[in-house]
Amino acid sequence: MKSDQDLLITRSCSKYGNDPGRVIDILWEIQKSLGCVSYEAMEKIAATINTSRVQIEGIVSFYSFFSETPKGKIIIRLCDDIVDRHAGVEQIAVVFSEELGIGIGQTSPDREFSLEYTPCIGMSDQAPAALVNDVVVTSLTPDSARETARRLKANPDTSKLVAAKGDGNNGHRLINTMVKNNIRLKGEVILADGIQAEAGLKKALSKTPLEVIQEVVESGLRGRGGAGFSTGEKWRLAQKALASKRFVICNADEGEPGTFKDRVLLTERADLIFEGMAIAAYAIGSDSGILYLRAEYAYLRPFLEAVLEERRKSGLLGSAICGKKDFSFDIRIQLGAGAYICGEESALISSCEGLRGEPKNRPPFPVEKGYLSKPTAVNNVETFCCAARIMDRGSSWFAGIGTKASHGTKLLSVSGDCAKPGVYEVPYGVEVAALLEMAGAEDTAIVQVGGASGDMIGRRSFNRKICFSDLATGGAITLFNSSRNVLAIVDYYLEFFAHESCGYCTPCRVGTVFLRERIQKVMHGFADKADLEYLQELGKTIMITSRCGLGSSAPKCVLHSIAQFPLVYSSHLKESLDGLQPGFNIQKALEESRRIAKRKSMIYDPVFGNEGE
Amino acid sequence: MSDVIIFKIDGVEVSAKPGQTIMNAADEAGIYIPRLCDVEGLEPQGSCRVCTVKVNGRTAAACTQPAAPGMVVENDTLEIRNCRRDIVRMLFHEGNHLCPCCEASGRCELQALGYRLGILQPDKYPYLQPVRPVDASHPDIMLDTNRCIRCGRCIRASRHLDHKNVFGYIGRGIYKQVGVNGKNLAQTDVHVDDHAVAPGICPVGCIIQKRRGFYDPVGQRKFDVNPIGTEIEKHLKDAGGKK
Ligand SMILES: Cc1cc2nc3c(=O)[nH]c(=O)nc-3n(C[C@H](O)[C@H](O)[C@H](O)COP(=O)(O)O)c2cc1C
Ligand code: FES
Repeated sequence: MKSDQDLLITRSCSKYGNDPGRVIDILWEIQKSLGCVSYEAMEKIAATINTSRVQIEGIVSFYSFFSETPKGKIIIRLCDDIVDRHAGVEQIAVVFSEELGIGIGQTSPDREFSLEYTPCIGMSDQAPAALVNDVVVTSLTPDSARETARRLKANPDTSKLVAAKGDGNNGHRLINTMVKNNIRLKGEVILADGIQAEAGLKKALSKTPLEVIQEVVESGLRGRGGAGFSTGEKWRLAQKALASKRFVICNADEGEPGTFKDRVLLTERADLIFEGMAIAAYAIGSDSGILYLRAEYAYLRPFLEAVLEERRKSGLLGSAICGKKDFSFDIRIQLGAGAYICGEESALISSCEGLRGEPKNRPPFPVEKGYLSKPTAVNNVETFCCAARIMDRGSSWFAGIGTKASHGTKLLSVSGDCAKPGVYEVPYGVEVAALLEMAGAEDTAIVQVGGASGDMIGRRSFNRKICFSDLATGGAITLFNSSRNVLAIVDYYLEFFAHESCGYCTPCRVGTVFLRERIQKVMHGFADKADLEYLQELGKTIMITSRCGLGSSAPKCVLHSIAQFPLVYSSHLKESLDGLQPGFNIQKALEESRRIAKRKSMIYDPVFGNEGE
Repeated sequence: MSDVIIFKIDGVEVSAKPGQTIMNAADEAGIYIPRLCDVEGLEPQGSCRVCTVKVNGRTAAACTQPAAPGMVVENDTLEIRNCRRDIVRMLFHEGNHLCPCCEASGRCELQALGYRLGILQPDKYPYLQPVRPVDASHPDIMLDTNRCIRCGRCIRASRHLDHKNVFGYIGRGIYKQVGVNGKNLAQTDVHVDDHAVAPGICPVGCIIQKRRGFYDPVGQRKFDVNPIGTEIEKHLKDAGGKK
C-alpha cells in the first residue's frame, strides 16, 4: 500500500521532470488519485523533487482545492456567491446534506462524498450552481439537487449528470456540459458572427513586431481584466526589456465574484484567444506562453488542449508559425487550484512557478521580471481577443467604437435580480440604466459594478457610464433589487476577501477580518456612530497600506455602501442613550470574557464562531 | 553622476546608491523608518507594511521600494504615523501579546514600536486570541506561534543564512502561520546555534531559547537602554548630521 503510494508519487513527479516549478501539477495528480496530499505524501514529494516538506505543505495549505486530510471520491462544491445565496443555495445545501448524510465541510465515513462551499465558480448567470468534481451542475432546485445526489449514490460516474447539454461548444464532445453561454448581446469586436479565423495573426506576421505594437498602442486598447493598463505599452515594455527569453501569459483565472465572460470566451472563442497570444508573442519576441486556467474551469481543459493540438497541426503554433521561419511559439495550460488572489498578475506568476500564489514585490514589474524572472506580458482573455481583432480590422476601426477615451467594446457578465442574466458585449460608454433595461431588471436598488472589488452604486448613480473614466470594470455587473439587504451583501464580500486574502501583508490579512467583525456588529443592531467612523478609518488604512490590489479594493464595498446607502446604516445604529460609551456593546464585551474563560476564539475556533451568530 | 541618487525624506535631502531601497538610504542618513519584517542581513520581503511611506503621494513599502532620483518621500507625517499605529495594533490584536508575562518583553520589537508610536494600550480592535499549541518539543528552543507576527525573518534566516528549511509559511489569509519542517521542532534539523533561532531574528516572543528566561533585568533590557530606532538616529548625531 505504502509502496503503491510512493510509486505513484515518483511517477507523477517524473512526469513533470521532477521540477519544483511544476509542483502544482504534481499535487493535482496526487490529490486526484489519493484524495488528499498527506504528511507522508508531502515528505515523499519533497524528497523526490528536492525541496522541503514544509515548502510543499505551504503550497497544499494555500490552495483551496488541495487538502491534507482525505476527501471523498466525489467532492460537491456548492457555489457560495452572493447571487447563489439569493437564488437559494442554502436550501440546496440542506438537500445535499440530507441525501448524503454529511454537513458542509464534511466527508462521508465511507469516503464516497465530500460536501463544501466554494466562492463564485463563474456561473452566476445560472445560479445556484455547483461543481461535482470537475462537472458543473447549474440552475439547481431542491428537486434537481435531490435527483443529483441520488444519481451519484447509485452511480458515481459524474459525467452521467449531464442530461441536457448547453448551447454552442458546451455540447462539444470534449466539453459536454449543461452550462449555457447565455450570450445576450453580440458586439462588433468579439462576439460578432463570422469573424475570419487567423486573419489578425496573418496580418500581424506581415508586419514587424514594432509595427504590431504600434498598431495596438494606436488602437487605445486597455486591459480588460480590471486594471486597464495600455496593452500596447505593456507589450512595448516587455519587448524592450533585455532578456534571452520572454513569456506571454493569458489570465483565465476569472475569480472575481459575478464574472463569467471569460468562461464564454474560452468556450466559444478559444482560437481567437490563442491567436491573440501568438500575436503578443510575435510582438514581444516570446516563444512560450501559458494559459492560466482556474480550477473551476477544469471542465474546459480537454477541449482547450485539443484546440491547441489542432493549432499545432495547422502550423498556427509550434515552429515557423504560418510559414514565418524564425517565429516559433507554443502554449501550455496551467491549472490553478482554487485561489482568487492568483488572478492578480504577479500572484499568478508565482502560481505558475509552483509557489504559494502570493503577489511579488514590485518593482520589478512582470514586464521586466516576470515568470522565471523573465519579461512577461500578462493579459486577460478578452484583451487577447481584442488584440487579434485589432490586427485584422485596424486600430482606427477599433478606436471608432466606444467613447473618445475608452475604445472598443466590453463584455459584461450580468447576473442577479434580472430576467436576462448573461454576457452582453456593449460599446464603452453605455449607461448603467440602459444595461438594466436590456437585462430586464426591475426594481433594481443596488448595482455592483466590477464584482466584490468593484464599485457599489445606488439609484442616484444609474446614469453613470461603463468606461475607463467613470465605472472602469473587469465586467461583473451584479444586480440587486430592493428586497435585498445591503449589509448582507457587504458582509458577503468581506467574508470573501478575508477568505481569499493570501495573508502576506498585515493590513489585508488582519484588517479584512476586523472590517467584517464590525459590519456584523452593524447588522445585528449593536453598532453606533463611532463604529461607522471606525469602519471608514480602518478601510482607509487597509486601502493605502496593502501590498496588492486585493487589500486595496477590499474596503471599497464598505466605504461605498456607507456613502450610497447612509440610511440603511443609520437605521441599524443604536442610539447611545443607554449611558454606555459610544462603541461599547455589552453583549460583545461579555462574549469576550466568555470566550477567554473557555480559551476559545471567535476567529480560530469555528464552533464558537457559529454559536455567536 | 548616475551612481548617486538624490531624493528627499520629509524635506531632508538624502543620497542613495543605485539598487538601494528607501530604507537603506534612510538608515544611512540617520532617519528611522519603523519596520518589523525587515532586518539587516536578510532580503526584504515587504510584508508587515509598518515601513509604509508616501512616495510622490502614493504609499509604498520603504524596505522594498528602490530609491529613485528626485523622489519626495513622506515618512514622519500624521497620516503615516496613524497608518503605522493601526498596523502595529493589528499585529497586537492578531496574536496573544501579554507583555508583562512574555519573556521577550523589553527586547520585543513589536512592544518597542508600540511605545514609540504612542500605543500604550492596544484596545482599538477585537482580540483574535489564537489557541495554537506551544511547541516545546525541542530541548533548547520553544515555539509559541500565538505570538508570531508572520514577519518571516526565521524563515529567511533558515533558508539563506543556515541553508536549511526549518521554517516555512503555511496556510492562507488569517490562518497563515509559520510551520516547521517536521511534525514538531524536535523533528527538524534546527540547532540552537542556527541564525534562524538566534536572539534578534524573531522580533517578538515566538521563538524562545530555553533556560535563558528573563536574562536582562528590567531597566537594562535592550529597548530600556536604547528605545527602538535610536540606534539609527544616534548614527546621525555621531556623524554630525552627514548624509
Ligand atoms: C486580487 C486581484 C484579482 C485579479 N483577478 C483577475 C482575473 O481573474 N482575471 C484578470 O484578467 N485579471 C485579474 N486581475 C488583474 C490582473 O492583475 C492584471 O491586471 C491583468 O491580468 C492584466 O491583464 P489586462 O491588462 O489584459 O487586463 C486581478 C487583480 C487583482 C488585484
Ligand atoms: S519592514 Fe517593510 S514591510 Fe515590513
